[in-house]
Amino acid sequence: MDFTYTETQDMIRDTLSRFLSDTYDFDTRQKFINSDSGRDPAIWAALAQELGMLGAAFDENHGGLGGGALENAIVMEELGKVIGIEPYLPTVVIAGGALKAVGGAQADAMIPEIIAGNAIIAFAYAEPQGRYDLANLRTTAKKDGAGYVLNGHKGVVYAAPWATHLLVTARTGGATRDREGVSLFLIDANLPGIVRRDYPTVDGSRASEIYFENVAIPGDALLGGEGTGLPLIEQIVDEATIAVCAEATGVMQKLHEGTLEYTQQRKQFGVPIAKFQVLQHRMVDMFMEVEQARSMTIMGVLKLGLPANERMAAVSAAKAKVARGANFVGQNAIQTHGGIGITQELAIGHYFKRATMIESQFGSHDYHMDRYERIVLAD
Amino acid sequence: MDMEFSPEDLAFQQEVRDFIAENYPAELREKQDEGEEMSKEDFLVWHKILHKKGWIAPAWPVEYGGTGWTPTQRFIWSEETARADCIRLMPFGLAMVGPVIYTFGTPEQKAHFLPRILSGEDWWCQGYSEPGSGSDLASLRTTAVRDGDDYIVNGQKTWTTLAQHADWGFFLVRTDKDAKQQEGISFLLIDMKSPGITVRPIITLGGEHEVNEVWLEDVRVPVSQRVYEENKGWTCAKFLLAHERTGIAGVAASKRGIEKVKAIARTEVDGDKPLLANAFFKRKVAELEVDLAALEFTELRSLAGANAGRGPGPESSLLKIKGSEIQQRLTELSLEAVGHYGAPYFRGFGEGDNEHPIGPDYAHRAAPTYFNMRKTTIYGGSNEIQRNIIAKMVLGL
Repeated sequence: MDFTYTETQDMIRDTLSRFLSDTYDFDTRQKFINSDSGRDPAIWAALAQELGMLGAAFDENHGGLGGGALENAIVMEELGKVIGIEPYLPTVVIAGGALKAVGGAQADAMIPEIIAGNAIIAFAYAEPQGRYDLANLRTTAKKDGAGYVLNGHKGVVYAAPWATHLLVTARTGGATRDREGVSLFLIDANLPGIVRRDYPTVDGSRASEIYFENVAIPGDALLGGEGTGLPLIEQIVDEATIAVCAEATGVMQKLHEGTLEYTQQRKQFGVPIAKFQVLQHRMVDMFMEVEQARSMTIMGVLKLGLPANERMAAVSAAKAKVARGANFVGQNAIQTHGGIGITQELAIGHYFKRATMIESQFGSHDYHMDRYERIVLAD
Repeated sequence: MDMEFSPEDLAFQQEVRDFIAENYPAELREKQDEGEEMSKEDFLVWHKILHKKGWIAPAWPVEYGGTGWTPTQRFIWSEETARADCIRLMPFGLAMVGPVIYTFGTPEQKAHFLPRILSGEDWWCQGYSEPGSGSDLASLRTTAVRDGDDYIVNGQKTWTTLAQHADWGFFLVRTDKDAKQQEGISFLLIDMKSPGITVRPIITLGGEHEVNEVWLEDVRVPVSQRVYEENKGWTCAKFLLAHERTGIAGVAASKRGIEKVKAIARTEVDGDKPLLANAFFKRKVAELEVDLAALEFTELRSLAGANAGRGPGPESSLLKIKGSEIQQRLTELSLEAVGHYGAPYFRGFGEGDNEHPIGPDYAHRAAPTYFNMRKTTIYGGSNEIQRNIIAKMVLGL
């Protein structure tokens, strides 16, 4: 049993933290998220080429640093601290995770492209009717000669406007909610028949509604087995869920620190409002939520490698706890700031918006409590 | 970072399991299962078995009788003893005054008291709180006035846990009335059989005689029984409070507690299903498990920090707050689970009383335990005081 970070892990954290504090201050972020493209491609390029950060979680034989889920968590927590909109989650954690799991020629071809910063991959999995059920899919991929033809509508695909590739879940068989018949495809984002409607998200990123209209895709776009993709999808979504828990920890830490700082400056009744015990105790409660989010993230990271049921129970416990904590810390950060908290002027409100979206990303508190109970407290 | 046990750790875990299985007294187990109140002898029988084995004080340095276990081994030990539902060891000697004596005591004090704590020969109690000094402990008014080689002690202590069994007590007393509150306090070891000491029971909500008032009237205490310097007792007290908080998360015991609640909720019937199938009850159990996992990994992180020479710091207040809240929620769920049979008041078996008490065994102590455990958010520095500590020491407010 060992709860310490290695020197390499400390180095990854320090390097990234320094880079982001130099390049990702709040005003700069606001400038590029409000630009036409919604991002600054130079940052992604620097993360890849100057810092080698996009390889932190990949094997050495693909050109990475040999890390895994813990390295992903470190990167995501640091991105959370600056409410970074860089597409690390879909590209490295999710698509990278799927490629690591399937291995072979597909991994050999794509992973070096990810590490080099050339590939940005969006994860097109959610559908308007599906809520958080990964198997609730109407998008179909019909066999057509050596390839497939893709039809359907994917909703709220974060980072899709920037993507070179899409990771798509679709039915190759079965009915809308069957566990069987689900497949995973990695396709070029610009194939004929892919129609996107792009938009900004409330938390500063960009996303798209994606319509597949008879999109012809090659046979080697299939990742894993045809019709047996759900366990792999569940695994990578669990990995992604823990990664957003890590991001949430960074976001929550900043919400807490920002509140501490503000209450020491803001004076009412002739004293800094931090002198009031009612606010002190609330900020202690926020602190405890931040610490517990960090603990649950580590728990999740350490249990990602367990058999599916244990893994899912641990991930759901972590996400349920972090969702509640993000809600508590976010709402109380705004409340403690008072009027200024509900404006766009301070960073605090923007952290709150990201924290709020994280609450339900990959499943709300209720969804994860239900999943936890189905596994751990079955009748 | 990993959660694997090494082959040595797994062998140790097996050794601990075997030892408990072979040596835990069957009569004690039976009494626990019936929900009876424990006597002094009940507490001591397991203590003495562990002492004989050399496992009574895993947290102590080896030179004073510790086991020399690694932090992982100590983690395994607390997990296994909780899993097997072993009776808890009294903390007053082992976890409280013992560490104060080996940290601040004279060679004579160490040589005399430490072996007797380990063997269970001396039962200790804690003389801290006073009627007017609860959360504001430093305002205490019990006085110790020098008279030759003795102090003459006068005052009143309260909430003194199991003082009715105690051979010795460690007391905070005021030795300088003129100094700033925290600078005029000394730490005395007092023989509870000394003339002038009166112990009076306080009966708590569950009907237990667990705490007492202790009156001290012209009690003569040799100066050689003062630990550390005169007027420096607050240093010992602070050390002890931090020490007390490290184990206070109670993770292993709460894990066992959740298993018990689940067992009750699988037995109790709600409509045509077990209570555990009731969506509302089940959700409360699940939330508790999730919160306990968060507490467990916070404690594991804190232990890793302690191993790296950082802690246990003021963040251990977090473990106290969350640990005590979870302990209380557990007892609340147990009481909710037993339904009607929370009400019958079981006073233990009288002399020659063979009649089975009312209701299922698991219900006998549900309400008394719920009432009793309200103490956890009050003692050891109330949870409000813990929040003050975090605000000041961690958040810098």
